[in-house]
Amino acid sequence: MHENSNQFTKSQLTILVLLRVVIGYHFLFLGLEKFFNPDWTSAGFLLQSNGLFADFYHSVVENANKLAMVDLCNIWGQILIGVGLIAGLFARTASFAGALILLLYYSAIPPFLSGNLFIDGNLIELLALLILALFPTSQLIGLDYFIHKARKS
Amino acid sequence: MVDNNENKKSRISRRDILKGLATTPILGFLSFDFYRKKALAKIKNNAIRAELGLVEKAQTVQFIKDKKPAGEVIRLGLIGTGARCKGGHLRSLGFVLPEWLEERSKIPNDQRLQSFLNSENLNIQITGICDVFDLHAEQMMDIISKGITPWGEAERAYKTNRFRSYQDLLASNEIDAVIIATPDFHHSQMTIDAINAGKHVYCEKSLTRTEDEVYQVYNAVKNSDLIFQLGHQNRQNESFKKAKELINDGVLGKVTLVETTTNRNTTGGAWVRHLDGNGNPKPGSPETIDWQQWLGSRPKIPFDIDRYYNWTKWFDYATGLTGQLFSHEYDAVNQVLGMGIPKSVVASGGIYFHKDNREIPDIFHIVCEYPDHEFTLLYSASLASSNSRGRRFMGHDATMNLGGTLALTIDRNSTQYEAKVDAGLLQSGEPLYKFPQSSSGIDAVSSASEKYFAQRGLVYTQKAGKAVDVTHLHFKEWLDAIRGNGETSCNIDIAFEENITCQMANKSYLEKRRVEWDPVRRKIV
Repeated sequence: MHENSNQFTKSQLTILVLLRVVIGYHFLFLGLEKFFNPDWTSAGFLLQSNGLFADFYHSVVENANKLAMVDLCNIWGQILIGVGLIAGLFARTASFAGALILLLYYSAIPPFLSGNLFIDGNLIELLALLILALFPTSQLIGLDYFIHKARKS
Repeated sequence: MVDNNENKKSRISRRDILKGLATTPILGFLSFDFYRKKALAKIKNNAIRAELGLVEKAQTVQFIKDKKPAGEVIRLGLIGTGARCKGGHLRSLGFVLPEWLEERSKIPNDQRLQSFLNSENLNIQITGICDVFDLHAEQMMDIISKGITPWGEAERAYKTNRFRSYQDLLASNEIDAVIIATPDFHHSQMTIDAINAGKHVYCEKSLTRTEDEVYQVYNAVKNSDLIFQLGHQNRQNESFKKAKELINDGVLGKVTLVETTTNRNTTGGAWVRHLDGNGNPKPGSPETIDWQQWLGSRPKIPFDIDRYYNWTKWFDYATGLTGQLFSHEYDAVNQVLGMGIPKSVVASGGIYFHKDNREIPDIFHIVCEYPDHEFTLLYSASLASSNSRGRRFMGHDATMNLGGTLALTIDRNSTQYEAKVDAGLLQSGEPLYKFPQSSSGIDAVSSASEKYFAQRGLVYTQKAGKAVDVTHLHFKEWLDAIRGNGETSCNIDIAFEENITCQMANKSYLEKRRVEWDPVRRKIV
């Protein structure tokens, strides 16, 4: 599996790991911030949504159970993705999950609908996560190294 | 097993550990970074709060000793000393029991305690009280004699008399002005008698029970030089003043519909109040309550504790939701829009939830039409759901939800803001401006929309952030007017508009028809 990852040069590996760690850092930070803020809810964000699934997002806000669920998924999603990317634990799954979350954010409030460019930070981070998923490094640097090694033996 | 484990262990080299755990220490650094940021934000937030005067005060009661008394002394008589008087009026006038201070000082940053301490010295003496219930009268005497003032005074230099009837109180020459807080059906007669006795009057709503009473009390007050104030204390609320400003500045565009509501879902809220928290009957008996005086002009019936506490439930004593709650709602809108008496009123409703012995509806709606102003006032009340529907002024360009706070939301199809919404300068659908900009919102980043309104000079900042009791301010306005400074905001003309509108609604409900106001004959038809 991903034998090509062994073929990274030292500088390629360094920059990919660095990218993985900083994106993880960003995710974990946002997750913790929400976790430690008892007042935080995604309601405001969802209510502002004006993209493809706006009706669905609005309906989530009207249902307290659904909203609590979305909030929980958001907080723990960000925390786990962050930890996964930084520590290199199930990092490929974390990369895909992170890209998915960002896709949801992007589509909920597409920047171009409120007078901004098509490209925003979310989209760039999303693409960077796809790069990380396609060029995995966690089996070389990260906790996945142990899993990889155990599987091999 | 042991061998196997050792075998595995031996296969993990130092190099392996470095590779596997190389990035994990970043987690430690992040926790440091996270707490560093939080701590900085807290310092900054505290600095902003300090700048705005919102720093939480230490919970020791600090009296401001040098409060100067305002003008010459005004001697007050209190008629009706039940819940409204005990729980509200006396505190607003500047008297609380030491127990209250002690209890309140335990609550962090308590707004009630602070608003009490922020109260001014109104320079009044409560020289007389009157209540038909011995218990209420005695409790009141207690608070007046032992009460502590916002400037820390615990003794009275004057004597308070308890009068057995309100007529005796009015006959006393030691009283200049009266505050009436009895059940509604006494209000107009007591106001008329007080005016005839030469006393200034502050009366709780609802002022009248019938249409005839409206004209009688209006004429009595109008033909005297005495100062009258109706107890709509939210006239003193800053957010209402702000609301008026915003509407006058055209921020909402053309306002064609105001929707105002009552949303209660408790037995107390539906005027079932003769039981205490444990379901036991509250005190009161024919021996301790002067029942005949309580009944006054109303049909003579045997003593009934249900009627004594829950009089609102019967049309013999009040106009139900109309006088109790619509009157507040009407005044809230009238003070902002100044629309006066409607051309026509329709009211309807029914007893759908509280299936007790009541006559008044528990689901109730009033539609007031103002064809001249091109606008409708819609009131909707439920005593069986607490779903908070707010009080909304709906304009073509924006909707304002107005209560103790004010929130403005741009309409997505607004003409005035179309270009700005399209350009992303303003966002429709979300509250873009709040007043007061709440203490919890102080550290929030203001949106582009908020900045836009700030630039137009429409954002008001409470620099001192001081909590002040609105009933205190409403009393103060009345007392100032008695001393010759300014006028009352809820004078008899305003009271007339409100009471005619309430009587129109009551008539419409009872007669099951649409009623109109004839401005020439000045009569409801």
